[in-house]
Amino acid sequence: MNYKSILAGVLLALGLGTAVSAADVKVGFVYVGPIGDGGWTYEHDKGRLAVEKHFGDRVETIYQESVPEGADSERVMTTMAMQGADLIFTTSFGYMDPTINVAKKFPNVRFEHATGYKRSDNVSTYSARFYEGRAIQGHIAGKMTKTNKIGYIASFPIPEVIRGINSAYIHAKKVNPDVEFNIIWAYTWFDPAKEADAAKALIDQGADVVLQHTDSTAPQAAAKEAGNVITFGQASDMGEYAPMPRVSSIIDDWGPYYVARTQAVLDGSWKSVETWDGIGPGMVGIGEISDAVPAEVKAEALAMRDAIANGTYHPFTGPLKKQDGSDWLAAGETSDDGTLLGMNFYVEGITAEVPQ
Amino acid sequence: MVVFGIDLVLLIPALMISATPVLLAAIGEAIVEKSGVLNLGVEGMMIIGAVIGFIIAVNTQIPIYGFLCAAIAGALLSIIFAVLTQFMMSNQVATGLGLTMVGLGLSALIGKPYEGIKSPTLTKFEIPFLSDIPILGPMFFSHDAIVYLSILVVAVVALIVNKTRWGLVLRAVGENQEAAHALGYKVVRIRFIAIMFGGAMAGLGGAYISLARVPQWTEGMTAGAGWIALALVVFASWKPWRVLIGAYLFGGITVLQLNLQAIGVAIPVEILSMSPYLVTIVVLVGISLFGHHTAPGSLARPFHASQ
Repeated sequence: MNYKSILAGVLLALGLGTAVSAADVKVGFVYVGPIGDGGWTYEHDKGRLAVEKHFGDRVETIYQESVPEGADSERVMTTMAMQGADLIFTTSFGYMDPTINVAKKFPNVRFEHATGYKRSDNVSTYSARFYEGRAIQGHIAGKMTKTNKIGYIASFPIPEVIRGINSAYIHAKKVNPDVEFNIIWAYTWFDPAKEADAAKALIDQGADVVLQHTDSTAPQAAAKEAGNVITFGQASDMGEYAPMPRVSSIIDDWGPYYVARTQAVLDGSWKSVETWDGIGPGMVGIGEISDAVPAEVKAEALAMRDAIANGTYHPFTGPLKKQDGSDWLAAGETSDDGTLLGMNFYVEGITAEVPQ
Repeated sequence: MVVFGIDLVLLIPALMISATPVLLAAIGEAIVEKSGVLNLGVEGMMIIGAVIGFIIAVNTQIPIYGFLCAAIAGALLSIIFAVLTQFMMSNQVATGLGLTMVGLGLSALIGKPYEGIKSPTLTKFEIPFLSDIPILGPMFFSHDAIVYLSILVVAVVALIVNKTRWGLVLRAVGENQEAAHALGYKVVRIRFIAIMFGGAMAGLGGAYISLARVPQWTEGMTAGAGWIALALVVFASWKPWRVLIGAYLFGGITVLQLNLQAIGVAIPVEILSMSPYLVTIVVLVGISLFGHHTAPGSLARPFHASQ
């Protein structure tokens, strides 16, 4: 084969490469874990599939799994943008700065960053009010614990995670003044072996409720192994562990949002926005409360869910004090979103310290 | 026995369970590297072992079959690496990385129907008499068979490498492949066997994660354990007993720091979280300061009899 025919082949390949994408819009997704994690990434991928189903041939989706937070994610986003993606969803907190950086280089590509707070002309942010679900978990946990020790597997000390701890604690404490929170920071979103080890450590230390803010179902498996421990599905229903240990769950439903934003790109009406929806609009779902929960506790939990959904109850309602004893919210006062979005303190009663 | 609010009777078994996957994978890789081959596919072979072990254990309801098949699957996958690097002279680093990617992808594919299923658990094997000793019994003598097996493997490997003719030949091939070849040893054949042993051990280690440590199948569940094993081999200066020390230190401190967090000890979480890595490296490097320890002379160098 001579030089000219190789060149011709390359040109042909390039030509074909550009000709294949017949879809009107190409949407990219960057995932922090594998799509089969059974939790966070699994739900985002369900959202992606919802987009494919809704638009059919008009939209093409691409995704990349297990992308480390940090510099590596910039490379992945850049590759997606160069492959012709029109809209890119970056689905983990640690992609915040990389998203902003890459967005600067590709002003015609729209980016959507999950759970972050930095926006620009072509970067939107979106998140769900997971803390609303945490309030319900806290209530059930406080009512059901016998050892009064609740274990919490946290991932990274970012506002979203701290908010969840506070929300669960406030509502557990409200129904059970003796309750105590043992918090483990795993410093990972996805590492089943470590998550299982953390769950076991908490159980060994006497916790009979394990809440998790990591992405895999490993803590559920560890709790099941241990026996009399209850857990809650995180990000996804994790229904395969119901009725015990999983007694309920927080389910993230990204599908409608992803469809709406893709539609906006198709219409040309896409604008940089900030979205933070909860149980009411349906972005946060509460998974079925299993029969392991006493009927009256279940009824209270459902009542709380409905009150949060219709706006009559806010999980962060005063009187509340910060951990250092200073006043935060007066009686009846509810927290503004700004404080919640930047939350870097525990509420009064939690004995641990927030890692800085 | 409670020390600083931590019950050692619970901690020691948890530590041993946590260390076993990495220990198995690392002792296998140590032999591979001793023979002069660098196989970066440990993570891939582990996850294949994890998924195959899980599938077989679920279908037969006999965990030991799962472990057996996981070892075979790991070895089979390593044969791809062995054929490519030993016969077709491909680059070992690139081939090993490729093996990891193949393993991760393939396991995700074949493991799909097994997500969210519970596996049969491994029964604890109580050593007669010894397990009846108060405190020490439940701490050291009532584990599952694989924990004992992993320690036994280290002992046997140490014995073979240091005290037998086989070990001498293996080291000769790894230290100076041309000289070993000139002496009439079958360099490629010996390396082939070493690579398969490494694959089998990695597979076994992976299955221990999915059948004992977690126990369930989740895509990508080894989450870097293979890379920890690779690092351990280097920090342990390719010595079997040091691999064991390293694995137990790493696994032990990981579990210990999680327990310390759980009881809310007043040490910053950042320091606790980095402690497994820090302590393991410091201790193993500290040990290596005494004596002469370098990598096998022919590590990662391709060999062909015609050269």
